[in-house]
Amino acid sequence: MYRYDEFDEAFVRERVAQFRDQVARRLDGSLAEDEFRPLRLKNGLYLQLHAYMLRVAIPYGTLRAAQLRQLARIAEEYDRGYGHITTRQNIQFNWPKLKDVPDILGLLADVEMHAIQTSGNCIRNVTADHFAGVAADEIEDPRPLAELIRQWSSAHPEFSYLPRKFKIAVTGAAEDRAAVRVHDIGIRIVRHPASGEVGYEILVGGGLGRTPMIAKVVREFLPKGDLLAYLEALMRVYNLEGRRDNKYKARVKILVHEIGIEEFRARVEAEFARLDGPSINADPAEQARIAAYFAAPAYENLLPESGTFEAARAANPDFAAFVEANTFPHRVPGYAALTISLKPIGGAPGDITADQMRVVADLAERYSFDEARATHIQNLVLPHVRKADLFAVWKALVAADLATANAGLITDIIACPGLDYCALATARSIPIAQAISTRFADPVRQREIGPLPIKISGCINACGHHHVGAIGILGLEKSGKESYQITLGGDPGEKAALGDILGPGLSADEVPDAIERIVARYLDTRESGESFSDAVRRLGPAAFKSALAKEVHDAA
Amino acid sequence: MAAPKLPPLPVILLANDLLEGEVVFRTRAGWTRDPRAALVVHDTEGAERLDTEAKAAMARNEVVDAYLVDVALDADGLPVPRHFRERFKISGPSNRPDLGKQAEYAVPGKR
Repeated sequence: MYRYDEFDEAFVRERVAQFRDQVARRLDGSLAEDEFRPLRLKNGLYLQLHAYMLRVAIPYGTLRAAQLRQLARIAEEYDRGYGHITTRQNIQFNWPKLKDVPDILGLLADVEMHAIQTSGNCIRNVTADHFAGVAADEIEDPRPLAELIRQWSSAHPEFSYLPRKFKIAVTGAAEDRAAVRVHDIGIRIVRHPASGEVGYEILVGGGLGRTPMIAKVVREFLPKGDLLAYLEALMRVYNLEGRRDNKYKARVKILVHEIGIEEFRARVEAEFARLDGPSINADPAEQARIAAYFAAPAYENLLPESGTFEAARAANPDFAAFVEANTFPHRVPGYAALTISLKPIGGAPGDITADQMRVVADLAERYSFDEARATHIQNLVLPHVRKADLFAVWKALVAADLATANAGLITDIIACPGLDYCALATARSIPIAQAISTRFADPVRQREIGPLPIKISGCINACGHHHVGAIGILGLEKSGKESYQITLGGDPGEKAALGDILGPGLSADEVPDAIERIVARYLDTRESGESFSDAVRRLGPAAFKSALAKEVHDAA
Repeated sequence: MAAPKLPPLPVILLANDLLEGEVVFRTRAGWTRDPRAALVVHDTEGAERLDTEAKAAMARNEVVDAYLVDVALDADGLPVPRHFRERFKISGPSNRPDLGKQAEYAVPGKR
């Protein structure tokens, strides 16, 4: 994993000192809230419904044990004993006091972490495939690329006051686990079809929110060495021509949509041609320095299968169910990547206690080369576990209430904090997730239903990614009450699709029954081996409309 | 300058404490953390005074995000915000009864 050099260290410490001074000036009245707000947002500090909220960056979701332990300490000493993993692979604390935040940032700096650019109209934390470096279908680990972009974009003077926030996701794999097509920029590591050279496919103009759009390819193949100059050209076109008169039309997706991808591409290429590439692009030595931090750990030479693992699996059905749902094939024989679900039945998606953070830290250190990952699905991952160790890890997770065997299943729900915490929300998300999770608690039934990602947002800003949920749920306000709109057929992956609205809004109480009916319709009509998403693609969302309509009719 | 648009009466004034972020309520004497102790104002002049006080308290750097909230009165005469957003704001996360005001106070309107 990447380690700070003296420049990174000095930069982050300097920001902590600056923020300490800014808070002092706010508290002594030298800064009014209007002056202070942009400064605190630059450091990830929001004011939410009940309290301040601090969003801490986890670059491309990668954490080591010492960092997890420090997050646990912060949760315990300065917050209410827990944190919340977000859909940008970050972690949020819901109850910090303004006067404590400089100290919290200092503790983060001690473990090479910060909250810079987790808010505001700048380039946000770069997200990556959570199985980076692990997946067999990967051309290259995308994290050196993500780290390079992080360094280039951190406090970039030209791109610190963009028309609107800007989100970048990267993947090196064929299967898109990073949702690159619903980002402002998505980068796929690809091989040139003729030469076989490894380079980048650049997508632009994807996004969710009130105007959801699927990204378009702006450059089919970009040589690796040209990355930063090309990104600079693209950002410059957006920065100059993106709208600043209307924040709802300020994202790059609107610009791409309004002028068309051909015109946008032409402008980027013209700017790219004008730029002095060599003065912008990272020099190969620096790229190699960064890449070295992501060298594969010292894997052992293992047999693909482990006798102790197979015996434990055969003897213990709960462990077998966990393995089936929560392990992912590792490219190295004898290893597996393991998802630690933060979606216990009836729990708040993505919440993790300080004690649980410490358990994961210990397991990461002992069994996964001191590495854990946060996923945009609001779970954690231990990326490199020997199969022979899986049983021991599982037992430790069981003891910590972290062994829910539901990764990718119907209870593995993405949900934003919603109106239980968020000042922008129009309705609650967490209780909807809890009700659905409780309704579908039976593990046998969950496995029978198979993969079915439900995604819930508590407002149109779509932090819960509802547009790309196989079932999406959007909480709105209707006539002074919370109302939930159901969408069907969304997909964040390589077959990216936005869900279709199924019918009129439902009350919170009606949602679990509606989901039940939709699932029943799927089970009735699916072909052998057909997933929920494939069935919706084949039949069309309209085929499920009557399942929802009955619910509304009954409620009337 | 046009008179500020006020919410329907009666109203209370709530805000977040600058230092700690916690939700606070205006009383006759200052600010309280107890939702039961919020000053309820029933007349337009009183609401305008409260609105002026909201701006002044923000200018004095005591609180942030201060605004008037229209309320109904429960059986005990205590103020319950009419909108569900503020009912959550004065109570705490609905999935965590151990956190927020609901953990400390018998929040009006909360079953």
